[in-house]
Amino acid sequence: MMISVENIEKKYGEVKALRGVSLDVKEGELFGLIGPDGAGKTSLIRILVTLLKPDAGSATVNQLDVVDDFRKLRKQLGYMPGRFSLYPDLSVEENMNFFATVFGTTIEENYDLVKDIYQQIEPFKERLAGRLSGGMKQKLALSCALIHAPKVLILDEPTTGVDAVSRKEFWEMLKRLQKMGITIFVSTPYMDEANLCDRVALIQDGNILTIDTPEKVTQSFAHKLWAIRSDNMYLCIHHLREHPEAESVFGFGEYLHVTWKNQEMQAEEMMNYLTGLGHTNVEVKETEPGIEDVFMDLMQKHDS
Amino acid sequence: MKQLLGFIRKEFRHIFRDPRTMIILFGIPIVQLLLFGYVITTEIKDAHIAILDKSNDEVTREITHKLLSSGYFKLDAMLDNDGQIDNIFRKGNIKEVVVFQQDFGKKLERDGKADVQVIADASDPNTAQLLSNYTNAIVQDYLQKKFINYHIPYEIKPQVRMLFNESLKGAFMYVPGTMALILIIISAMMTSITIVREKEMGTMEILLVSPLKSHHIIIGKVTPYLILSVINAITIVVLGNLVFGVPVRGSLILLMFVVILYIMLALSLGILISTIAASQFSAMFVSIMALMLPTMLLSGFIYPIDNMPVVLQVLSNIMPARWFIEAVKAVMLKGVGAGYIWKQLLIMTGMTAVFLVISMKKFKLRLE
Amino acid sequence: MEKENTVIRVRDLVKKFGHFVADDHLSFDVYKGEIFGFLGANGAGKTTAIRMLCGLLEPTSGELTVAGLDGFKQREAIKRRIGYMSQKFSLYEDLTVHENIRLFAGIYGIPTRIRREKTEELLEKLELTSARKKLVRDLPLGWKQKLAFSLAIIHDPSIVFLDEPSGGVDPVTRRRFWDLIYEAAHEGITVFVTTHYMDEAEYCDRVAIMSAGKIVALDTPEALKKEWDATSMDGVFLKLARSNE
Repeated sequence: MMISVENIEKKYGEVKALRGVSLDVKEGELFGLIGPDGAGKTSLIRILVTLLKPDAGSATVNQLDVVDDFRKLRKQLGYMPGRFSLYPDLSVEENMNFFATVFGTTIEENYDLVKDIYQQIEPFKERLAGRLSGGMKQKLALSCALIHAPKVLILDEPTTGVDAVSRKEFWEMLKRLQKMGITIFVSTPYMDEANLCDRVALIQDGNILTIDTPEKVTQSFAHKLWAIRSDNMYLCIHHLREHPEAESVFGFGEYLHVTWKNQEMQAEEMMNYLTGLGHTNVEVKETEPGIEDVFMDLMQKHDS
Repeated sequence: MKQLLGFIRKEFRHIFRDPRTMIILFGIPIVQLLLFGYVITTEIKDAHIAILDKSNDEVTREITHKLLSSGYFKLDAMLDNDGQIDNIFRKGNIKEVVVFQQDFGKKLERDGKADVQVIADASDPNTAQLLSNYTNAIVQDYLQKKFINYHIPYEIKPQVRMLFNESLKGAFMYVPGTMALILIIISAMMTSITIVREKEMGTMEILLVSPLKSHHIIIGKVTPYLILSVINAITIVVLGNLVFGVPVRGSLILLMFVVILYIMLALSLGILISTIAASQFSAMFVSIMALMLPTMLLSGFIYPIDNMPVVLQVLSNIMPARWFIEAVKAVMLKGVGAGYIWKQLLIMTGMTAVFLVISMKKFKLRLE
Repeated sequence: MEKENTVIRVRDLVKKFGHFVADDHLSFDVYKGEIFGFLGANGAGKTTAIRMLCGLLEPTSGELTVAGLDGFKQREAIKRRIGYMSQKFSLYEDLTVHENIRLFAGIYGIPTRIRREKTEELLEKLELTSARKKLVRDLPLGWKQKLAFSLAIIHDPSIVFLDEPSGGVDPVTRRRFWDLIYEAAHEGITVFVTTHYMDEAEYCDRVAIMSAGKIVALDTPEALKKEWDATSMDGVFLKLARSNE
């Protein structure tokens, strides 16, 4: 195991950030920690990178304990905190050089590893980091985190606040790094990014809801899921929620995702119910659940 | 070592690229000193004086003429006897009375020595000191020019008497005082802010996770400010000398030693503040409330310590600036050697050591 | 949707800063009760456009009508007819729920007579009656979000502008929030949402996508997905970006 977490608990005053989290990440894996703001993602990551001590439980990264062996571990970690922590008043090249010196290396020494990424920002190497676009900042931060050729790369919400194109490019970069043998642990609030990971852990309110491959996570959804729409979505939500057999009704973009207590419920029955209430252009179809459906389902089960 | 140098290089870049930091580093010291200069030079124009000439010979008339034509002094009254001096001061218009002794010219020619008494209203000590300095300078200048061809050294000895504040605490304080204040601002406030800024930006997370040791981070943060503070201290001494004639009578090396010791003390305070403060704003707030104001009020910079209530006198003992000002004054103005200021040096060293140990202990290797 | 229901009318709207053209001949209409999404990466010209629509910035040239008011000459009047909620929620964290409501009611000039009634109504609707004396700082993120939105429409504006309203919250909370938005739209308030979270765009009736100061696409999410052969708005955005390179 590259990363092994056992029953980690963490409190800030009265607030419980982590309530007994356990997970394992295999060597060479691309592992995603997926959950909304405040779920405990950053706390767990900071414990893994030795910045916080857990209140209970233990964790090792590359067989090194995150508390007892923190000095040794720090030399082997690549860490990219949220908000791409760079020096905005230093140029791209100065940032790179600085982090290289801090880790006792040079850009040249590990150029192979960062080449792919760094080459994309190299034309702007004179530019101050504060004047880069979100996507370029992200690439620079990743280059800086890789400069000392770490065995494991831990990233806290690297894709938050950047545009869709940069996000896609960033995941492609992570895949390439994975092929070079680096174990990657990444957190994200975007449910749709789960499918890009080998395995994911869904986290909410300090609890792990499930850990598995993205396919198995979606397969675990136990209900038939229906996508329903009509011309008046506001009333459509209300009317469906009023139906005694309705279990959950949530907006999913242009459709509503609906599950029923009665799995035998037929499309025709739903159609009739809605048109009977005056809805026009009603559409009902069975659909495949996504990570988000599973997340919401598990979240509500956990709450009750 | 390479890591440390890289760190220091980066710190210098932060400093030179931030206009605000540059203004605080180099603008404020100059403005502060010039502010003093401005305030003082306007006060010294046309100061009202009275003259009591008991000799009334060619030499005293010439000196009187020199004084009055200098532009600094304006004659309010010629006095007839000593009894009038007290009265004329009490009226409050007169800032200074110059008294020439009897047979001034004759004595000067015969003994090469004559006395002129300068009595100043020292309720405003800075002005009083300046007036007497100016008077002194004009008299010396006159002598040099008049007796330039003579071989015997002539000497007029002004006896200065300060009324109302005989011991003249506070005068000549502004150069050591300004230095105390500016070095505290730059060293303590700026270092604490720059460390806390890294916490705010999140870069501290990366530095902590890197192989850098905490003393690397601290030394790297502090070194640029040590260098810049020394430059500042030298600027203040030079400006003080050129603009206000504040002398450096003692050893320059000793003076620099005192200055560097004080800077280290301020830097260690800055590190301590950075371990407590969570934001740049609170670092600044703590620096101003806990350092700047007490330095100005309790160190003897503005108010003489002897005149303070006992409680504040005791409190002033823990003000680093108090010991610094005493030591600097002793070296600059009295010209004493290290032997005379060992107590101040020892106290400052002790304080530095205590602050460093506490802040090293408090400097967190983690985020909590 | 008919023409007479146009709440925002934009024609050839240009905003220049010196030689830099932030918004280059924008033209679009937003209709009453519509949820209109305004998408684009940071720096695409979104913020400048919103500021003009809110009456905070005078356009350089073109035509702009917001809630029947002229975007050049009646900017002060526009400000009174709109509501605004940003990502940071613009609530006072150190005031209680009740104090925040009273404050915003006052700011928006709700008459004292009905202020009390309106406050109670709002507390009840948000299920915050028992939490009225709580500091906003201590509320969960989702509640803050709902409160901020409700306060942005407390003066019954014609249009409410939402700046990246629901990034980062959990999926259930986010849906509860969108329930509120649907409700406001149902009651006739036009909702103008800016975001760079593409999944938020899926909830809008129509979306405009901005890139480099221009509107490069404008349609319903459904039509855009069909046109670009994508399964999500994310896909649409990616393909659009590629075609513009």
